Amino acid sequence: MSVANHVAMQATAISANLGFVEVLHSINLSLAKGRWTSIVGPNGAGKSTLLKVLAGVLPHSGDVTLLDHAMHQLPNRVRARQLAWLGQNETSADDLSVWDVAMLGRLPHQAWLAGPSAQDQAAVEQALRSTQAWEWRDRALGQLSGGERQRVLLARALAVQAQVLLMDEPLANLDPPHQADWLDIVHALVAQGTTVVSVLHEVNMALHADAVVVMAGGRVHHHGPAGEPHTHRLVEQVFEHRIAIRQLDNQWVALPRRRMWPTKPIAPHNIEANP
Amino acid sequence: MRQRVVWLVWSGVVSAVVLIGLGVCVGSTGFEDLLSPLLNPQMDPVQTAVAQQIVWDIRLPRTLGAWTAGALLGLAGAVAQGLFRNPLADPYLLGSASGASLGVAMALAAMGGGAGMLGSSVSDSASANLVVSVFSSSLWVRVGLTGAAFCGALLAVLLTLALSRGVGHTLRLLLAGVVVGVVLGAMTHLVLLMSPDSLQAMQAFILGSTAFVGWTSTLLMAGVWSLCVVAAWLLARVLDGLSLGDATAISLGLPVAAMRGTLVAVLALATGTAVAQTGLIAFVGLAAPHLVRSLVNTTYGNLMLLASLAGGTLLMAADILARGLIAPQELPVGVLTAVLGGGYLLWLMHRGPNRVAGANP
Repeated sequence: MSVANHVAMQATAISANLGFVEVLHSINLSLAKGRWTSIVGPNGAGKSTLLKVLAGVLPHSGDVTLLDHAMHQLPNRVRARQLAWLGQNETSADDLSVWDVAMLGRLPHQAWLAGPSAQDQAAVEQALRSTQAWEWRDRALGQLSGGERQRVLLARALAVQAQVLLMDEPLANLDPPHQADWLDIVHALVAQGTTVVSVLHEVNMALHADAVVVMAGGRVHHHGPAGEPHTHRLVEQVFEHRIAIRQLDNQWVALPRRRMWPTKPIAPHNIEANP
Repeated sequence: MRQRVVWLVWSGVVSAVVLIGLGVCVGSTGFEDLLSPLLNPQMDPVQTAVAQQIVWDIRLPRTLGAWTAGALLGLAGAVAQGLFRNPLADPYLLGSASGASLGVAMALAAMGGGAGMLGSSVSDSASANLVVSVFSSSLWVRVGLTGAAFCGALLAVLLTLALSRGVGHTLRLLLAGVVVGVVLGAMTHLVLLMSPDSLQAMQAFILGSTAFVGWTSTLLMAGVWSLCVVAAWLLARVLDGLSLGDATAISLGLPVAAMRGTLVAVLALATGTAVAQTGLIAFVGLAAPHLVRSLVNTTYGNLMLLASLAGGTLLMAADILARGLIAPQELPVGVLTAVLGGGYLLWLMHRGPNRVAGANP
């Protein structure tokens, strides 16, 4: 992971504000190429903000490199072809058809006034089929349920066919079968060499990743393999030991732990520092 | 979907042609067939000459003027709704129409003092005692008034945006638009009070009227419309991208800030040009894009063209109605669109909370 050409994205001394409040505090992070990294942590940990910084859509201090290039020096369209970002709750494109929404993912590949090429159409079809949204390609986004919309927006991000894919809460509103489909999609992308970074509230799903970044209070507390007991301990810790990670059918699962008696909130200095 | 768009374009064109035919035949005496003497000049040469004069000098420029003004407002509405990701955005509700009106009033007050420069070119009978009239047919007066209206509209949109601190919050944006509209409207009245000569002419103008639109205004609006529609069409992809949110648009490599600035200029130019020729005509900019959206779900490139066609057709139809409804009196068309458009807005509000409140996060 320390070898430069094995790193897809490198963040150095990243700080970012929302309004006047600093929500990310001097974060250093190195994301492995061709691997799936999940970012987990409690509400307000700064996960989505970090993902936005990595995507280049939020002002910040510090440096981000994308595939060995300083991101702020990359032309917008070049960056957009190399890196796709799926945000949460951003859309208002109710009047656009499913096909048109997915086709927006091809904008970085198209000349300013050129129409979609055969390659663009094939990429959109493949993306819509992979999220099972192909059947409603002519319907307006506003006519779909929350889960269906999410699958279309996921297809939009997949249609970019970028080498790095950042997803913020991609499983929002998805039912269990489509969550399982999403796992298949991510594993297929990683098998092709794509770097996937996801912010997930579903710890069970996050533990399927190759690596887990554990965040709390705007800092990275740990970054390690998803199967390691040390990682599991730190995940449990940032969630105030309200979950317990256990193995079942060769998968790691996070079980909720009921609060049997009042417990003291965890103090920040009790959280183990990033080794 | 594509077939539907083509079908809608054709219906917009055909209905415009039919309404132009109807528009040249409706006057203060109600409907009179002027097309027959024009098409058969050998039957009665005198009647043909009279018909030609009425149609060519008065009704045709006015009817086409109504179409181009409506097209400009429809385009401005579509741009505003895409730019601010807000289904209730329109030139009126954003305060830009009031800003344009203030620009015109201030230009009139200023030019009224500087008689030498423009006075000689004025040949307008409606208010011949004025040095420069709001209904003047001189090209330079029209261009000057349009420029002033553009500046006013641009200023108003920027003021609304500054007061609402961005476009993300529907309620704040609309409240800011209302505040800017009311304050600039009051300032317009203040300017008029201080230059009483132009008060009466401006009164008709503030109510919104196509009655005095001549060839100069019509051609000016047609020229600006062509420019705006091409510019908006070139930037339509930015609006498509913005419909997924600012951050997604930026992640797609779109130069959002620069393009947003250009689109605000297009919005102000379209609004300013329409307002400078026809006064304050409410709700056409709001209704036209919604009418199109209720018929087809399409990208902004198509929406802006279709909203233009729909706006043109709506205002032309309203103009014909305004002429004939209480003939021989004529209703200012702005009053009619305000009543019809207000009803449409109410219907839109009650139709379904998702459509109107949907953009409010």
